[in-house]
Amino acid sequence: MALLEVRDLAVGFDTEDGRVRAVDGVSFDVDQGGALGIVGESGSGKSVTALTLLGLTRARNADITGSVAFAGRELLGAPERELRQVRGGEIGIVFQDPLSSLHPLKTVGAQLVEAHRAHRDVSRAAARERAAELLDLVGIRDARRRLDSYPHELSGGMRQRVMIAMAVINEPRLLIADEPTTALDVTVQAALLDLLRRLRRELGMALLLVSHDLAVVAQLCDEIAVMYAGRIVERGPTATLLEEPEHPYTWGLLGSIPRLDRPRARRLQPIPGRPPSAIDRPSGCAFHPRCPYARDEHRRRGPPLVPADPEADQGHQVACLLGRSARRALWAALRDGGDPEEAMRRAGLADAGEGRA
Amino acid sequence: MGAAPEPTPGRRLSGARAAMALFIARRLLWTLVLLVAISAITFLLFHLLPAADPAVARAGRQPTPEQVAAIREQLGLDRPWYVQLGDYVRGVFLEFDLGHSFINEAPVGELVGDRLPNTLALIAGAAVVWLLAALVVGTVSATRPGSRADRLLMLGALVAISAPVYWLGLVSLYLFSSDLGVLPLLPGSGAYDTADGVLEKAGALVLPWIVLATSFAAIYARLLRSGLREALSEDYVRTARAKGLSERRVVLAHALPAAVTPLVTVLGMDLGILVGGAILTETVFGIDGIGRLAFEAVQRGDLATIQGTTLVLAAAVALMNLVVDLLYAVIDPRVRR
Repeated sequence: MALLEVRDLAVGFDTEDGRVRAVDGVSFDVDQGGALGIVGESGSGKSVTALTLLGLTRARNADITGSVAFAGRELLGAPERELRQVRGGEIGIVFQDPLSSLHPLKTVGAQLVEAHRAHRDVSRAAARERAAELLDLVGIRDARRRLDSYPHELSGGMRQRVMIAMAVINEPRLLIADEPTTALDVTVQAALLDLLRRLRRELGMALLLVSHDLAVVAQLCDEIAVMYAGRIVERGPTATLLEEPEHPYTWGLLGSIPRLDRPRARRLQPIPGRPPSAIDRPSGCAFHPRCPYARDEHRRRGPPLVPADPEADQGHQVACLLGRSARRALWAALRDGGDPEEAMRRAGLADAGEGRA
Repeated sequence: MGAAPEPTPGRRLSGARAAMALFIARRLLWTLVLLVAISAITFLLFHLLPAADPAVARAGRQPTPEQVAAIREQLGLDRPWYVQLGDYVRGVFLEFDLGHSFINEAPVGELVGDRLPNTLALIAGAAVVWLLAALVVGTVSATRPGSRADRLLMLGALVAISAPVYWLGLVSLYLFSSDLGVLPLLPGSGAYDTADGVLEKAGALVLPWIVLATSFAAIYARLLRSGLREALSEDYVRTARAKGLSERRVVLAHALPAAVTPLVTVLGMDLGILVGGAILTETVFGIDGIGRLAFEAVQRGDLATIQGTTLVLAAAVALMNLVVDLLYAVIDPRVRR
């Protein structure tokens, strides 16, 4: 049994403009000590998914269905009291913007002590000791002195280290990191990814990393799920997903990452169009308005998430209506810098252009 | 320790304390400068634009010009205005002499000193009442937005804001005062003046406190509600929840401190202004406070007293501003720079 088992998770919010279907039937597992990355554009539902696991999206206007089982316990319908023990205790979470996520009027030490004492019956002094230990662990120099600092007195990278220290102070079994490096500059980003990797190893935590950045996720995770318009469109082991991606959206993500091992002449390819509105989702395959390979019938029929190769590795799944041979041919052409048009013709998709009309 | 010498925690702390002391000293100095300026302006306002000549007021009915001139000389009013101004300001700040009221036949300082405790007792008690009420109402409302309780409380607040103090005062006397109330529960108008001892005085102030506090409570409750709603949507409140804190602690220890900060400014202003402005409540309940003193002085053209009460009001506002700034520095570490 996996540590975290999410099944058919759907989250909708009723707003004045209509129902926002933020997450639309998502299932995934995170194994004990494993690391899963969820990748997608803003609005793909990845952050809502992460927050919902801890009941942080509960609201009057929220409609949440499905199942979130953590270590065998159902969290979705769990009473707040029970959920509180999990939050910050067995599951820690780190948010995107450390400045706004730390309380501006409380010292770093006070916030760490509070996090520890919410779950452990220890004295203030002992909790402070533990807090200093944690700041040291996340690589903040002169930890004891820093306990008396306020968040605005620290640099962005230090603040995020404090957030991480706070999330892991009770040695959780799972750490959720929601865009942990997005608000930071690149060198700090690399240092923080190193820190997360080290903590995972030292504390034996599982990691659920949410990011828009496939490169970040690929560095830390054994498995990746790609989300689009509230659904997982492709999922698989990191190596498989990077080497043999089968969903046109994943190709787009890969095509928009700069790579040193590719000729300069090849331009970065942005994905055309905009992410769809979460209120008016496109019919059929939600990606069809932006997909160069979409055919007419893709507007009517939505693709299920199924194994990419029914005969082989069941871990690689994709939700795409193109045939497997067509997908493989297209990716081969894209990867080698070949002509996708040519590949499409060879894959028997020559009529695709007219079909999309 | 690395090569770069870093300050030790002890030195850093004392540094912060020194910065704080400097901040306070600077603000105190500024407040003093402000008060001197205010006293000068009050003096000039009433002397350069004379609405009532104090010499004429002093001279009694139908004085001869000679009498007025004699009085003018006696009071020193014939000297150049800047000399008088210098005397006045010097008197106020070096001898705490606010001048002499010839109509009350008493030093203004004494008049003010007699009345000020009454006004302060009224305001302080009312402030406690309205802050407590606003905290409860604002928090209940903000944590249950759109609920029946929220809508009911906010409707009540709207009514309370719209109710004039004199009307509310009279209604409360009619309903609850021991002499003419339908439910004679509390001491009514004039009871404060005749009350003996702290307890009896406080009892006599219960109705005035509530009446004066009502509209303030309503305004503060609404301010707090919106501030708290905003704070509750902040990222750090989400962090507090993600730590596994109880909702009670999330609201009271994380959202509320941030929501209360802006109220401190408003509170400082209101308290300062009320020192000179609780006239209606003082009048309805027969409390001899600064507001009534000022009002009577205006009616009688008692220039010295008008100046004195104006100065007290201005000083109260300036001092409350100072207190607010200091409180801010205590509450919000980002201000201490």
